[in-house]
Amino acid sequence: MKIHFIHIIAFSVVVWCASCNRQEAPPDAGSHTLQPEQLSSQAEMVLIPGGAYKPFYGSDTAMVKVKPFLIDERPVTNGEFLEFVKANPQWQRSQVKRLYADTNYLHNWVGDTILPKGINKDAPVTQLSWYAAKAYAMAVGKRLPLLDEWELVAMADETVANARQKKSYSDRIVNLYLVKNRQYNAVKQSPPNYWGVYNLFDLVWEWTDDFNSVLVTGDARSGDYSDNNLFCAGSATSATDVLNYAAFMRFSMRAGLKAHYTVGNLGFRCAKDADEQSLLTAPKKRDLLRAED
Amino acid sequence: MKQLFFILAAGFLFFSCKENTAKKELPSDSIFHLTTQWQDQRSQSYRLDALRGKTLVVVMIYTSCKATCPLLVADMKKIEKQIKPDYLNKTSLVLVTIDPETDTPEHLAEFAKTGGMDASHWVFLRSNEAATQEFANVLSMKYKKISPIDFSHSNIISVFNPDGELILQEEGTGINAEKVAGTVNETVKDS
Repeated sequence: MKIHFIHIIAFSVVVWCASCNRQEAPPDAGSHTLQPEQLSSQAEMVLIPGGAYKPFYGSDTAMVKVKPFLIDERPVTNGEFLEFVKANPQWQRSQVKRLYADTNYLHNWVGDTILPKGINKDAPVTQLSWYAAKAYAMAVGKRLPLLDEWELVAMADETVANARQKKSYSDRIVNLYLVKNRQYNAVKQSPPNYWGVYNLFDLVWEWTDDFNSVLVTGDARSGDYSDNNLFCAGSATSATDVLNYAAFMRFSMRAGLKAHYTVGNLGFRCAKDADEQSLLTAPKKRDLLRAED
Repeated sequence: MKQLFFILAAGFLFFSCKENTAKKELPSDSIFHLTTQWQDQRSQSYRLDALRGKTLVVVMIYTSCKATCPLLVADMKKIEKQIKPDYLNKTSLVLVTIDPETDTPEHLAEFAKTGGMDASHWVFLRSNEAATQEFANVLSMKYKKISPIDFSHSNIISVFNPDGELILQEEGTGINAEKVAGTVNETVKDS
């Protein structure tokens, strides 16, 4: 009897132990942070047929190939991000892990699920980290655009796919960048570019998936830049297009960012790989982007 | 005798379990929140929190790099030499590859062996591209694939305490190994 009793105790301890271990066991590991609750995205996407382009940084001759992709026609808005944090409490202001966002994350919000007073819910969401932007994109079944994808779309003005040759192109963007409090305006109030993409320059800076591939420190516009102490193979990172001051501003911005930073005029939009379906159904109007620079 | 065995077994299980649950909650900025899966040079798979409890010295490299990575590896060895021998079993020197495609576990094991880094406190890790990118961002490390076999990347050595909080970063090659090892020694002593 006594032995039975001990058996039972031993058994129950084992069971209890196993159950406590199970509670501690990790959730199924996704490739990134915690798998967010799925939401639907309201943002229309535009097909960019891809092509080759000369990146702002790189060796003089290197053209970069970009595969066809879809990109949101506008940045993600306050209203949309609110729905996301409601469905994903781990991304609410009071819940977010410091690993994933600095202390200013959504700091102007009134509460975890209350937008700032007087804010336009159709204005781009800002003050959020790369991790948060990435989690949102994952939740709506998209991803963040690659830096090359974003820059390729940004080469267009309202009439041509590659406006980098135009004298006015960079000046105009720089002027837009200098407008104060521009992030409080609603999306899609200004004309779209050649591709039908809105608000690339006039509202917010935008996170890109591989923003941390920008390896410059200070003023790196000159070709002889090489900071081999800090960067391995740093010479592959010198500027090719020194007149494009707008691009220089963007790359400086990216170079200064860390993934947990949150900034008052830094938002994001989503992108997606182009599948066959989207290639077939997209409007035929857009020609393949040609590579001349 | 049998009885005694069961009592001991029960007691053992009880306490081992107790220890598990008694672990205090991770700090909000701990790298052990990351849920990504990694593989080491011994082909074992785990999440980063498997490294919890040790002081970590972390660097990202790729083994086919001919430029600064050998210097970073040399820095890691210099740091190792200046960590108190008694403390090495409470320390992990972690090299994470930014080229998971080339740097398979076998490749990493070979690299560890030829580099004289086969002691158990050396950990070489690889994961998929997304996890590698996320981890680079956790270290505030910049990197870019510039050809199928080459990367440009920033040179950063980071120290994490046993709870996964970043406590020191040294940037550039030819870093102050003494300072890094000193931080490790202090951290192990306090933990």
